[in-house]
Amino acid sequence: MELTGDTLFIKGALSLSGAESFIEEAMVLLENFEYGRLDIDLDGLGYIDSIGVASLEFLKEKMENKGLAVDISGGNADIRKNWEIFSSHSQVVPEEAGRLSFFEKIGDGFERAAEFVYSFLVLTANVIFWSVSDIFKSKRQRRGEFYNQAVLIGVNAIWIVGGLAFIIGLVMALQSSAQLRNFGANIYIVDLTVIAMMSEMGPLITAIVVAGRSGSSIAAEIATMKVTSELDALKTMALQPVRFVVVPKMHGSLVTMPFLTIIANIMGILGGMFIAFASLDIAPQVFVSRMSETLYNRDIFIGIVKSLVFAVIIVLTGSFYGLRVKEGAEGVGKVTTTAVVMSITLVMVADSIMGLIFY
Amino acid sequence: MAANSIIQVRNLSASFDGREVLSDVSFDVFDREITVILGSSGAGKSVLLKHILGLYEAREGSIHILGRDMSGLEEKDQKQMYLQMGVFYQNGGLLNSLTVGENIALPLEQHTNLNEQLIARIVLTKLQLVNLPNAYHLYPSQLSGGMLKRAALARAIVMDPPLLFCDEPGAGLDPISLASLDKLILNLREQMGVSIVIITHEVSSILRIADRLVFLDQGQMVFEGTLNEALKKNVEKVYQFFDMGRLFPIDDLE
Repeated sequence: MELTGDTLFIKGALSLSGAESFIEEAMVLLENFEYGRLDIDLDGLGYIDSIGVASLEFLKEKMENKGLAVDISGGNADIRKNWEIFSSHSQVVPEEAGRLSFFEKIGDGFERAAEFVYSFLVLTANVIFWSVSDIFKSKRQRRGEFYNQAVLIGVNAIWIVGGLAFIIGLVMALQSSAQLRNFGANIYIVDLTVIAMMSEMGPLITAIVVAGRSGSSIAAEIATMKVTSELDALKTMALQPVRFVVVPKMHGSLVTMPFLTIIANIMGILGGMFIAFASLDIAPQVFVSRMSETLYNRDIFIGIVKSLVFAVIIVLTGSFYGLRVKEGAEGVGKVTTTAVVMSITLVMVADSIMGLIFY
Repeated sequence: MAANSIIQVRNLSASFDGREVLSDVSFDVFDREITVILGSSGAGKSVLLKHILGLYEAREGSIHILGRDMSGLEEKDQKQMYLQMGVFYQNGGLLNSLTVGENIALPLEQHTNLNEQLIARIVLTKLQLVNLPNAYHLYPSQLSGGMLKRAALARAIVMDPPLLFCDEPGAGLDPISLASLDKLILNLREQMGVSIVIITHEVSSILRIADRLVFLDQGQMVFEGTLNEALKKNVEKVYQFFDMGRLFPIDDLE
């Protein structure tokens, strides 16, 4: 590059590798150019590619902004041709779409919230309707699907639910045993463990594990089906996606969740029994006979009702978020995460509401 | 044409789980030529491309690109290699979390210290080249299939690489978009001297752009040569592919 009078002669090649130093050098050379005109001569230029063209135009614009009249000329046929192809006619980065005003944002938020609630209610109504009506039309159900879902949601979760419940029962009894021993109230370890497990911890642990395991897989499965047009295919075959995909999951989880909860209760109580024996010298026979005094049918019943409500919440939230997936594979991951977080939150909220009701 | 060979594939074989996908494939890619790898589905075209790109390690045979052996490249050398290649993936491969403009700017931002405004200008140039000037702020999920492909092509050529690889660029495009994509590819070769390797089975596209063909059938290379040779030479599979003279009624197909 050479500056003679008002003319900048550019030599060699102008491509990605040289663009950076080209701009820097040119800016230094042209620092004192404030007004008048500048000719850029390309006769000495051997090669230019699209990045080279963009760099030249960038330089031209910079100079023009300073108030100079810039003219680019010369160059052999190849250079001119590339210039024609790559030089731009309107080089302005397009504006981003306009931002919403404050009130528009509020309105937008309300509208979206209303749509959200509405579509959740519609889905809930749909699922409940088809879940009930399909019980009487077993012929229409996909063969073996209920069994599959029951295994996936329920049976496969037995070990993790049982194991976790045992650990929770154990830890709970361990923590309280120290306190109870201070008051000589050792025997109340039985009341504490049994009632807490049966009416609160058992259903809750089960629901959290199932939400993590199956809630996420329900959301991911349905979202994938939507992204790959499987749901559209079902619709255009005149099949109800909800009925075909969600209902078997609902049936599967409604049937298995109570059993899972009972297993969690038993395992948790076993954990408590173990600590009672090991740490408070309460023999298992004593534990069992005390248990039959403290435990009422009502507590068992509350646990079962809770587990049914949780089952409905988990399947509904999973399906709801799965059906809401928008953009491609990336969306699947997003809705899966949201579905798990939401279903655990809703389970907790429902648990506290039922706790207040049944207190 | 006495062009230089810039990619040499020699005796390349590959198998997955004991199933042979490529067997003894050898061919050259020449400077400033458009080489089309073609063949029916499942012939091993994509696997071949992945080997050339170094995404799969060649277990048998060798691949040299611009004089370098692709197997056992160190990370630093591999990076240097990749900077000289533009790759266009079948499904676009654009990052969904970035806008089209950000996607195209990404290699420039990561590998150069160019001024932000200049990068935006280069991105716009490429977007205009592929006829998508208004897609700058859009996200890939907001584009149609054809637009997505053009945006992906813009990203592949943003660094003005000497080598461009395209995996089925025409799949799912209408004839007019396909023709304009072909024109674009021809332009890239003419103007920038880019050497291009394309996987495709769009016959119209092959007839328009191919200088040289590599024909694969069930992992075997059944033909290698120029387009003219392919049209003259009596290779049954290639004839079937181009459906020339309708010598092979559909009943004769295996």
